[in-house]
Amino acid sequence: MSLIFAQDLTKVYALGEQRVEALRSVNFAVEPSSFVSFVGPSGSGKTTLLNLIGCMDKPTSGSLRVAGIDTSSLSRREAAEFRGKNLGFIFQDFNLMSVLTVYENVEYPLLVVQNVSAAERKERILTLLDTVGMLDQKDKHPDQISGGQKQRVAVARALVTNPSLVLADEPTANLDSKTAFRVIDTMHKMKDELGVTFIFSTHDRKIVGEVETIYTLTDGMITGKASGKGGGHV
Amino acid sequence: MFKLVKIALRNLLRYKRRTLLTSSLIAVGVTFVLVFVSSSSAFKNLMISQITDSMLGHIQIHKQGYMASIDSLPLTLNLDQKDIEKLEKAVNSMSGIKAYSPRIKFAGMFSNFMETTNIRVNGVYPDKEEAVAPLLPGRVKQGEKVIKKGEMFIPELLAKGMEVKVGDTIVVIATNRDGSVNGKQFRVGAVIESVTGPGGRDGYMHIEDAMEMLRMDQMEVSEVAIRLDDFDKLHSVSAALDAALSDQLNKAGKPVFDVRTWEDLSPFYNVSRMIEVMTFFIRLMLIAIVLISVMNVMIMAVYERIREIGTMAAIGTKPGKILFLFLIEGFFLGLTGTLVGIVFTCAVTYVINAVEISFNFGRQIGLVLSPRLEPGQIFLISGIVILVSILAALQPAYKASRMEPINALRHV
Repeated sequence: MSLIFAQDLTKVYALGEQRVEALRSVNFAVEPSSFVSFVGPSGSGKTTLLNLIGCMDKPTSGSLRVAGIDTSSLSRREAAEFRGKNLGFIFQDFNLMSVLTVYENVEYPLLVVQNVSAAERKERILTLLDTVGMLDQKDKHPDQISGGQKQRVAVARALVTNPSLVLADEPTANLDSKTAFRVIDTMHKMKDELGVTFIFSTHDRKIVGEVETIYTLTDGMITGKASGKGGGHV
Repeated sequence: MFKLVKIALRNLLRYKRRTLLTSSLIAVGVTFVLVFVSSSSAFKNLMISQITDSMLGHIQIHKQGYMASIDSLPLTLNLDQKDIEKLEKAVNSMSGIKAYSPRIKFAGMFSNFMETTNIRVNGVYPDKEEAVAPLLPGRVKQGEKVIKKGEMFIPELLAKGMEVKVGDTIVVIATNRDGSVNGKQFRVGAVIESVTGPGGRDGYMHIEDAMEMLRMDQMEVSEVAIRLDDFDKLHSVSAALDAALSDQLNKAGKPVFDVRTWEDLSPFYNVSRMIEVMTFFIRLMLIAIVLISVMNVMIMAVYERIREIGTMAAIGTKPGKILFLFLIEGFFLGLTGTLVGIVFTCAVTYVINAVEISFNFGRQIGLVLSPRLEPGQIFLISGIVILVSILAALQPAYKASRMEPINALRHV
């Protein structure tokens, strides 16, 4: 069964008297343990699509099933619960909480969103921080670490709840090449080791070159699907 | 829960100056209110104890109808021997009553053989009167502190006006209930300080002398004054007395006894009520200060942390927890201000007590204001401040919890 299944997915925004069609009858499916990227120019609908998959917005029409759930029927509270259980988020600007340390930022979803025992929490956090190479920085605050380090912490935070799907919106946009590759490597490793599905919204060629499937969005429509790492156009 | 508290505290410390200013404002408000409440309460209690302990007593019982004509001290509305026995039985069987004192009150003429003036007299049992009005001996400015038979306590104003002193012989003339005029010579046993309020300028004599003067064959009293073990139980004891005596009816089927607390008997009660009203308005001011300052800070906090709220919501924090986080911040702002305010209040109260601020009330000179922090007041004010702080944080917190993560994350 597909992890994500979208059929005739349409999203229309009303801007005053104008109607903006951000997504037009989009159809696609993502299998578990995939590394998928949606690419396209600004305004093509990438972020809208990620917001719909992330249950932060609802489609105007069409259906979207994520992890077997019709997300359009979820209430605010149910959507939050669904996100906490099944999804991880990585943001372009890292969005770490400045008042918490690296360790506490990774701990936050386990404490506030999931109810995980202290021992298990500690083990998961330390393992993940070690995996992303941030164990020695665990007591620092976000303003004491670099952008690349922040993004690695964000990756750890996204993965600590053992989600089946991680949504990453331009995760390497604020990173230099070396750091970006390191972050991508980390995510690859997580995908291979934990079977997590990663979906990126990006125009970063570094990511595009690493993913397994690339969807091209143009004016709210999927205009192409290609395989990464040697895959040909479909 | 603990983690949310930790995050809330760190959020407050993130904007140290703002948190400090808001907490200081609350602290100053709490200090002002607590000092005002403790000082006004000290003043009120001092006045009440002066009035009740000097002459009034906490409760008085009269014959029904006496209070309506109290200015003329009517002897025809006295409680008779049978009434007194019933009354004593009820009073003796009731808990919470420390002492009671029967009084014969009458108006008469006072003469030093040269001049004559009018006087109000209380005929009392000295020991019983002292138990009900323990400040009475302290009012003696010259002479003996105990009322003896054949002697009178004369109010200072009268002694000055009539130029009489301790040891002088005077005559008191009064009309008894039948209209006969009787006179009796007394020795001035003491000159007592006049105090403000009803009865503050009355003279005293032994109750048996009063009976003799008024030609009473049997005991008749104008009132019975009562002192309680605990002044705070004034209304409950008064109600219990009223209930216990309510079955005593006169021929017209109306209650024989009329039970009154000091509040019905002294005009100072209105001043005391005014103090309470002022305290209420001062508390309202504090609520406004806390409400505006905390709400202002929390609105700013929500506005500045919109992206952070979006992140929290995006990674699955339920709206209720976001709401709770901001409420905790409001709670801690209020709590900090309150605790600091209580410390300030202790310091200010200590200084006021050390400086010994004195004032005059009527003819009472040099009364020292001794504010005392009452735990009940501290808990009440603290509760109000903390509750208002949480309420003030509620609107911004609700707004934060209702934010759509998609919009919040877009916020720049």
